[in-house]
Amino acid sequence: MSVLVDENTRLLVQGITGGEGSQHARRSIAYGTNVVAGVTPGRGGQVFDEKVPVFNTVAQAVSETGANVSIIFVPAPGAADAILEAAAAAIPLVVCITEGVPALDMVMVKRTLAGSGTRLIGPNCPGLITPGTHTRVGIMPGDVFTPGSVGVISRSGTLVYEAVAQLTANGVGQSSCVGVGGDPVIGTTQREALEMFNADPDTAAIVLIGEIGGTAEQEAAAYLKAHVKKPVVAFIAGSTAPPGRRMGHAGAIISGNQGTAAAKKAALADAGATVVDSPAEIGVTMKRVLHERGML
Amino acid sequence: MKLHEYQAKEILAQFGVPLPAGRVATSPAQARQIAEELGGKVVVKAQIHAGGRGKGGGVKLASSPAEAEQRAADIIGMQLVTPQTGAQGQKVKSVLIAEQTDIARELYLSLLLDSAAGGLVFIASPAGGMDIEEVAATRPEEIHRVVIDPASGYQAYHGRKLAYALGLSGDQLRQALTVFNGVYRAYTASDASLVEINPLVVTNDGRVLALDAKVTIDDNALYRRPDIAAMRDKDEEDPLEVEAQEMGINNYIKLDGNIGCVVNGAGLAMSTMDVIKLAGGEPANFLDIGTVNDPQRVVSAFKIMTKDKAVKGVLINIFGGMARTDVIATGVVEAKRQLDLPNFPIVVRLAGTNVEEGKRIIAESGLPVITADDLGEAARKAVAAVQGL
Repeated sequence: MSVLVDENTRLLVQGITGGEGSQHARRSIAYGTNVVAGVTPGRGGQVFDEKVPVFNTVAQAVSETGANVSIIFVPAPGAADAILEAAAAAIPLVVCITEGVPALDMVMVKRTLAGSGTRLIGPNCPGLITPGTHTRVGIMPGDVFTPGSVGVISRSGTLVYEAVAQLTANGVGQSSCVGVGGDPVIGTTQREALEMFNADPDTAAIVLIGEIGGTAEQEAAAYLKAHVKKPVVAFIAGSTAPPGRRMGHAGAIISGNQGTAAAKKAALADAGATVVDSPAEIGVTMKRVLHERGML
Repeated sequence: MKLHEYQAKEILAQFGVPLPAGRVATSPAQARQIAEELGGKVVVKAQIHAGGRGKGGGVKLASSPAEAEQRAADIIGMQLVTPQTGAQGQKVKSVLIAEQTDIARELYLSLLLDSAAGGLVFIASPAGGMDIEEVAATRPEEIHRVVIDPASGYQAYHGRKLAYALGLSGDQLRQALTVFNGVYRAYTASDASLVEINPLVVTNDGRVLALDAKVTIDDNALYRRPDIAAMRDKDEEDPLEVEAQEMGINNYIKLDGNIGCVVNGAGLAMSTMDVIKLAGGEPANFLDIGTVNDPQRVVSAFKIMTKDKAVKGVLINIFGGMARTDVIATGVVEAKRQLDLPNFPIVVRLAGTNVEEGKRIIAESGLPVITADDLGEAARKAVAAVQGL
């Protein structure tokens, strides 16, 4: 009952001995995730927390432990290198948490990964989680999630926690939650995440959380209109943001009419999504939609 | 990061983009000297980051060095108001003195990141010298796009396609290829997020020149472009935003409302602004406090926010994941004790990591802090409290 990560996930942490890497490796282990390896160049041979072997290279880690998902906590100047190292080791899923990666680095990375067997989530993202299998490949507070059948897609991190806490409070559990990231160039788009949740037999409904800037929500809406029968509840952050200003996320800058919250909401509503104006009403609206369809 | 026109042109010149001759002046005397070097007939252009400078009287022609000196004296020091500056305008500190050009045609050219394509895209139009978004809306057939594959980079065929779309041929096509090649190299070598030349002109004597230039740099890449980072002009930025950065609060943007916001995460911060507006209030700022592990940072956020005298109260909305809500709570209590904030409602909504401890710290402080359990309730309480003052 999930997309991308589940009980078969064997997680490698790139940057496991750093501040954030070590903290989140521990939290993922505590959540029940199978963390099999860490990589920190120069620390090969060490054992993290007396449990997880540390390697100098991703290739070594993969060949010794069979790691099949990597999460990256490497600082921004080395993030592109870390992603490409994971891809070169043929890891099928790479999740890059790092924020502040130069856009031209991501252009190069995305072009290199095109046609390869590696899918990238992020960068500048909270990662992903499948509560039903206790698989946390990210930085989310695990205790707000509860197993269920609603898939969540978001560009933002803390806004995922907000939406999920509302779902959980309304008795609506989650299949998987995917934070695609807040940067202009990201590995997996909202549209691609929507395709995965649409194809997942254990996802019955989807929450889509977008924000101002770019046209990714319109592209997701086009797919939604053509292919998705599952109910979708959508929210777009940034209705009140002034044009031309970067609101924290490098992707969140309005330039041109398509980047506005109003244009995105209209596209999603036209595609059949239930669009909420208030971020405080995501959970209660999904509950109502599921109830109306006899799904709850 | 935005650059001044003269800085943008310095970068473009390094990559062979043909430009009208000219230099920047910070005094009328210097303007006169540059005008003399250029032969007397010049244009005097105010250097501020905002666009629409001509409309506000910041661009003047001069037909002699003495007139250039006079025009520079008029412009340097003025508060230039343009459609992009807001009513208070922006103080002009320098002027670009450039040769006058006899314009036969005005074209548009830009290079920017196409998120959907995952690469760079040239946008060109024969309708130069005007607002390109207006052209795109009314005459979309005059907008030409050429996407560059990042694996092979800019090639001459991209340039020929652009040049033919702009109606250029022969020697002008050859000159245009120099422009396109230079723009692409300047973009990638400076980690730009936008290079825009509007207008790109064809002169009566057949030259192709970048008459104006705008370059914006990817903030995430400034660490590896120290020469460009040194071009930052803090005087062009909101002083409160600069001060916030100096206090370690990198994501503060001042808005026009009266309810201050302290939030963790950009998406949640934008959502908090939205929900305040829906509750009938006006947010005073965007503030993403990030992952807080030091209560002093909360105090700093309060200091910055309350320097905006329009702010009458604050909504603190923290969903702790990486951030700990108990640290935030301690910071709120500290801020309330350290700062003199009479008749200043503080609404706190905490959720996530260590929330019970956070709520206990607020409750035991005995301070008049209004608490809320969810986002909608927090916004309603903040709006009611500020409106009730």
